[in-house]
Amino acid sequence: MAERAPLLELRGLRTVFRVRGREITPVDGVDLAIGAGETVALVGESGSGKSVTALSVMRLLPGTARIDAGQAILHRETGPVDLAGLDAEAMRAVRGAAIGMVFQEPMTSLNPVLTIGDQITEPLLVHGRCSRAQAGERAVAMLEAVGVPDPARRLAAYPHELSGGMRQRAMIAMALICRPGLLIADEPTTALDVTIQAQIVDLLEGLQREMGMGILFVTHNLGVVADMAHRVAIMYAGRIVEEGPVAEVFARPLHPYTRGLLASVPRPGEALALRRAGGRLAAVPGQVPSLMNLPRGCAFSTRCTLATDLCRAMPPDRVSPGPGRGVRCHHWAAA
Amino acid sequence: MALFILRRIGAGLVMLVALSMLVFVLLRLAPGDPVDAYIDPSAPLSPTEMAETRARLGLDRPLPVQYLAWMRQVAAGELGYSLQRNHEPVARLLSERIGPTLLLMGSGLVIAIIVGIAAGIVSAVNRGRPLDVALSVPAFVGISSPAFLTALVGLFVFSVILRWAPSGGMRTPGLPPSTGDLLRHLVLPACLLSIGHAALIMRYMRASLIEVLNQDYVRTARSKGVRERWVIVKHAVRNALLPVVTLIGSTLGAAVGGAIFIESVFNWPGMGLMLINAVEARDYPVIMAATLVVGACVLVANILTDIAYAAVDPRIKIA
Ligand SMILES: Nc1ncnc2c1ncn2[C@@H]1O[C@H](COP(=O)(O)OP(=O)(O)OP(=O)(O)O)[C@@H](O)[C@H]1O
Ligand code: SF4
Ligand SMILES: [Mg+2]
Repeated sequence: MAERAPLLELRGLRTVFRVRGREITPVDGVDLAIGAGETVALVGESGSGKSVTALSVMRLLPGTARIDAGQAILHRETGPVDLAGLDAEAMRAVRGAAIGMVFQEPMTSLNPVLTIGDQITEPLLVHGRCSRAQAGERAVAMLEAVGVPDPARRLAAYPHELSGGMRQRAMIAMALICRPGLLIADEPTTALDVTIQAQIVDLLEGLQREMGMGILFVTHNLGVVADMAHRVAIMYAGRIVEEGPVAEVFARPLHPYTRGLLASVPRPGEALALRRAGGRLAAVPGQVPSLMNLPRGCAFSTRCTLATDLCRAMPPDRVSPGPGRGVRCHHWAAA
Repeated sequence: MALFILRRIGAGLVMLVALSMLVFVLLRLAPGDPVDAYIDPSAPLSPTEMAETRARLGLDRPLPVQYLAWMRQVAAGELGYSLQRNHEPVARLLSERIGPTLLLMGSGLVIAIIVGIAAGIVSAVNRGRPLDVALSVPAFVGISSPAFLTALVGLFVFSVILRWAPSGGMRTPGLPPSTGDLLRHLVLPACLLSIGHAALIMRYMRASLIEVLNQDYVRTARSKGVRERWVIVKHAVRNALLPVVTLIGSTLGAAVGGAIFIESVFNWPGMGLMLINAVEARDYPVIMAATLVVGACVLVANILTDIAYAAVDPRIKIA
């Protein structure tokens, strides 16, 4: 695979929440790189810190959270900037313009009292990209591009007049209308039914070919990962435990957790069958440990069949077993 | 839209008839004889004279007959005559009194809505910070003090001690009528009338906006790079107003009660003052007509509230 120009690089990103007087760390030293035009899937069980990672990059965390350490370097034509250190106004200029975001719930993520047209044209207008009249035309073109039928008439519609799939298409149109270099999609298909999920995934793939943006795709669905992602990162308890090119990780998973996830999953070639089957993460036996009470060593040691005293005493560092691959496990070589 | 309004008006008329029956029956069940109001206590009437007076006033017929006779008249725009000394036509009394009351209530409500919503927004946006805490004190006082107490204390402080405003009436006797003079008389009672409502509206607006600011679509707006100020004004406030519009509609009845107190404290020549005098004199035609007019006003206001709600929320099906 050709070497891509870097787009977003997370370096040791750490995000802390203050909960009832105590601190928890849902994102604990995440390293992750996305190249221009590349799709990176971020996969993990519920509560592993995927959304917090995405929101940290966008700096849309709730008031109880803060980025405690690390960097989120965004490479722009004007040079690299560390999003974690930007002031509020500079960050505002990045949101919607250089990075677009699509959320999980199309039902609640659109404003119920504003028209679709008003909401889709807004990024263009707040970033001063064009006049109001031009914005309307570009919104029609964008709605057309995301496959909304009769787009000119839809501009005057309110969100409740659209189906879930149509709303998610409108969300995507809104996130991409300023042609950002990076799209962050946080489980954009989870709330939709299976056939619509497939359509949205195809749509994103098509838009990526056309517009060339990089995508950080948060998902539970390994079928979608196999289908559209170039690289995959597996997240567990706030850390990336394994990452690499999708085909390689699926063919030879190195982390015991990844192997557990993939245990009941067909090979990448069978992605369609997998997606049809719902493609949910396989149930790995045991419970995710509470962030309030993580084990001292490897966070996965409470569920790992290979766990040794070393695992329980010391968290494993990231090692790189091959080009573009990374794993956090003391015993990865045993795989 | 037209059908929606018609349906609301229809429902309002049914309510109004129910209200008129209720008032009619309650008044007739109340102790005391309206005829007493016509009797000089130093020269008691004989039973025959009492009966004659009753017959003259139509008070000897069965209740439903009295009610229907009265309703027929009302429908014809004939509201009868006051039972009090000068027997003025009720319609003329009402038309003189309704203007001042609408002026007082309207000003009070407008002040309450503007102040309440603005303070609610400021409070919610500064949640937990000193400004929010500072605003919660007057809000608490405003909600917990009864209307008559607010009126009396306000009158005492602002017109008796500070002499900032006249202590009563609608105009200065002897001066030619002018808008400035009217406003000087209006400001204090209107502000005092608004206090309780402003406090209530503020509490609702604050709670509602805090909830809305946690909604997904507010995060979406931020993810587009919308300025925080504009996120609040454009994306959050309109959604937050929905429950507040309902609240404003449902406090209108209470606003009438408050206006009656204020009118009597400030000697404001409106329906409230007239109603109090009429109740003291058991002046049935005036009580009935005034109650109906007040009821009709509240119903109209509620219909306007529903229309406002439908205008703010596109999800309301207007059909
Ligand atoms: N607002 C919050 N306040 C306190 N803790 C939070 C908050 N949001 C997230 N967390 C904590 O952060 C952890 C990671 O949450 P996150 O939403 O990133 O999970 P996720 O991987 O996106 O899961 P899901 O697949 O369910 O969306 C959770 O375990 C939760 O305890
Ligand atoms: S470090 Fe040890 S406990 Fe953790 S995943 Fe590897 S083998 Fe399992
Ligand atoms: Mg999530």
